[in-house]
Amino acid sequence: MTLLPTGRARIDELRMVGITKRFPGVLANDGVDFDVRAGEIHALLGENGAGKSTLMRQLYGLYKPDAGEIRLNGAARRFNSPSDAIHAGIGMIHQHFMLVPALTVAENVALGLASSRGPLLDLDRVSKRIEELGERYHLKVQPDAQVWQLSVGEQQRVEILKALYRGAALLALDEPTAVLTPQEVGEFFKVLRRMAEDGHALIFISHKLHEVIDISHRVTVMRDGKVVATHPTAGSTRERLAGEMVGRPILLEYDKPPVPAAAANEVPRLEVEDLHVRGDRGRDALRGVSLSIRSGEILGIAGVSGNGQRELAEALTGLRRVTRGRVRVNGRDLTHATPQQRIAAGQSAIPEERMKDGVVRDFSVSENLILQDHGHAPYSRAGFLNTRAITRDCAALVKDYSVKTPALETPTKNLSGGNIQKLILARELARKPTLLICAQPTRGVDIGASEYIHQRLLEQRQRGMATLLISEDLDELMALSDRIAVMYEGRLMAVLDRADATPAKLGLLMAGVAA
Amino acid sequence: MNELFTVPVLLGILYSGVRLATPYLYAALGEMFAQRSGVVNLGVDGIMLMGAFAAFFVVSNTGNLLLGVLAAMLVGLLMGLIMSFVSVNLQAEQGISGIGLYLFGLGLSSLLFKKLSVSTRAIEGFPALPIPVLSDLPEIGDVFFKHNILVYIAFALVPVAAFVLNHTTLGLKVRAAGMKPEAADSLGVSVARVRYLCVTFGSMMAGLAGASLSIGLINLFQENMTSGLGFIAVALVYFGGWTPLGVMIGALLFSMVNALQLWVQVKAIPIPSDLAVMLPYILTIAALVLGRRARQPAALSKPFSRGEN
Ligand SMILES: Nc1ncnc2c1ncn2[C@@H]1O[C@H](COP(=O)(O)OP(=O)(O)O)[C@@H](O)[C@H]1O
Ligand SMILES: [Mg+2]
Repeated sequence: MTLLPTGRARIDELRMVGITKRFPGVLANDGVDFDVRAGEIHALLGENGAGKSTLMRQLYGLYKPDAGEIRLNGAARRFNSPSDAIHAGIGMIHQHFMLVPALTVAENVALGLASSRGPLLDLDRVSKRIEELGERYHLKVQPDAQVWQLSVGEQQRVEILKALYRGAALLALDEPTAVLTPQEVGEFFKVLRRMAEDGHALIFISHKLHEVIDISHRVTVMRDGKVVATHPTAGSTRERLAGEMVGRPILLEYDKPPVPAAAANEVPRLEVEDLHVRGDRGRDALRGVSLSIRSGEILGIAGVSGNGQRELAEALTGLRRVTRGRVRVNGRDLTHATPQQRIAAGQSAIPEERMKDGVVRDFSVSENLILQDHGHAPYSRAGFLNTRAITRDCAALVKDYSVKTPALETPTKNLSGGNIQKLILARELARKPTLLICAQPTRGVDIGASEYIHQRLLEQRQRGMATLLISEDLDELMALSDRIAVMYEGRLMAVLDRADATPAKLGLLMAGVAA
Repeated sequence: MNELFTVPVLLGILYSGVRLATPYLYAALGEMFAQRSGVVNLGVDGIMLMGAFAAFFVVSNTGNLLLGVLAAMLVGLLMGLIMSFVSVNLQAEQGISGIGLYLFGLGLSSLLFKKLSVSTRAIEGFPALPIPVLSDLPEIGDVFFKHNILVYIAFALVPVAAFVLNHTTLGLKVRAAGMKPEAADSLGVSVARVRYLCVTFGSMMAGLAGASLSIGLINLFQENMTSGLGFIAVALVYFGGWTPLGVMIGALLFSMVNALQLWVQVKAIPIPSDLAVMLPYILTIAALVLGRRARQPAALSKPFSRGEN
């Protein structure tokens, strides 16, 4: 038996065979075969809802499979609870951190473990071991720090330490990079490679194509609960993986003509000067942001979430009071304008929280489509809604923007994330805006719908619309933007031309390191 | 007014304050464990009534005080299992089910009291047990060291509870279950088991709190003799910021004000007696309003399930 540096036996092979799991109305896993070997990083790739987390939760004893078998080193095993899986050497990093924020790192690690002092906690010993493991795997954390004080990256390290401490020989990582900055992802990948070299078996779940290509040895693609492909990663392209994920060819890079040179007397569509805004806690969330966007241009805003992007979008859409500075749209001062005044001035918005700020959940599809325009012709006259005009235009919009909905009367909350986003897009673009403030347009949206949304945004760019595109998805920013600004602690670190913006450069700027 | 502030009166208030704090302390320490594990048990008062009745009934029939205490705790255990089942297995709304348990205890204790023709005469309760040497200290000897055994145990439980919570593996599981049950679950800790344990232990303490009234403090049973004391105990958990020491300070403060209020009446000081009676409750409300919410266990009163089916 080969031992790992942590002193535990390796898991030479894990094999999941014919795993089937049904939830009310959903076949989440449909005869899934999956395997991973010691020393291997096997990526599990798929759109939201493809069934990746469900598969892993069965491996970890959180759900029981309806059918199928889990074999460890050739022997069939049954995991009825996480403790069974932990005892078998399986660790899991969950999509949402499983840490108790008010406890210390050591307490989080020690939770549920037997102590060397019987019923009494032995946190000193735990802390020492945490430091040893941290040393070996470059996972430095302060054992007596409380978890809520740690950065997201550090919290991620604590999660891995928890698994290593329990002697996990196989680690399932469910979208571990979703919350990390590009810098942190780099560090994190080093840790994963180190673990694989030591003989750990790793399952890496993601829907980010370049990460999968970067880190994994093999990749399994899931779609609608089924495995559609398993092959070595070497030689796969992003286009191939995207196509497998979605089930049809997908474009990841878009051809877009350059922005024409500015005319001498051209007025920028959006001009922001020295903008200051307070955050929810009363501290300045924006501390002097200046930018300008021309007609037919997309300005991307990159940054780790929480650096003022949300407040910027709210200030520019009239949802947050500007404490200092100026905002001009098409030359008109709209610093303190209401949302209605902005709409009238030709501005549209796609809010970050689409379920909260983008639609009224319980309203029907058509009600949401006329949300801002119901007060005037042709949708109403003298306070009465004109249902015929509403139905006619909404039906056209739903068709134009391929919003998949059973009917116009369907409550919006029953639609998938991607379709709700298309609905919002339809409503906001139907006005033919000259300026669009657009935040996280494809967050949580599947690749197929993302591609569609991107095409629509580029179409409007062709038409001359100016776009402020706030996104945490670097691929998206690089695919769409003409220039990319990086936000850090309420200021713009730099504004780069798209041609100069590499992920490495952006990553450094996002971490607050000036180029 | 001056009459109230003589040394003997103040010592008297201190003495009764310590004594009266006992039932609050048992009930609130027990409830604190339930809440730290994530369950609010509003049935404390009903459990106390049942415990008080059981203890009094057993003692008046057998004369055995220890048996009385055990009976009260057994009743607490059974009612705790009911509350656990309802809140953990059935995932019921905890506020409502707690009130249900309270009404059940209130009704059943009154019914049994009438039907079993229990004596209405006082029994011989736990005697004072002066602690050698310490009880001879001038002034404070009387105040702190001439109480019955139940009083000493209640105060001794405070550091024990703090130790268990902060320095044992079990305490860590309890804290985690109350703050982030899914994290505990993902590490193989049975949240259900932890919550059962804490709710049931808390209910046994509530039963004991009832016994400390009926065979330690008043030595009588009357219908609804707690008159809401169990609800104050729940409030004291909030007041005490979910820590044993805070709970004890709250219990002492509350019972001191209560003792003061009794003296005001005894000495016929011209303050409307209704106002005096209200004083401790006003204090409780004020303390709750001013208290810190930040320490509240994050998953308090939220049922936990893995979401499978
Ligand atoms: N606990 C659950 N109850 C009901 N349906 C669920 C549950 N968990 C997942 N599902 C459904 O199963 C499908 C697969 O989900 P999931 O495994 O989370 O996908 P992924 O991790 O690939 O995004 C989805 O349609 C989801 O809605
Ligand atoms: Mg998932």
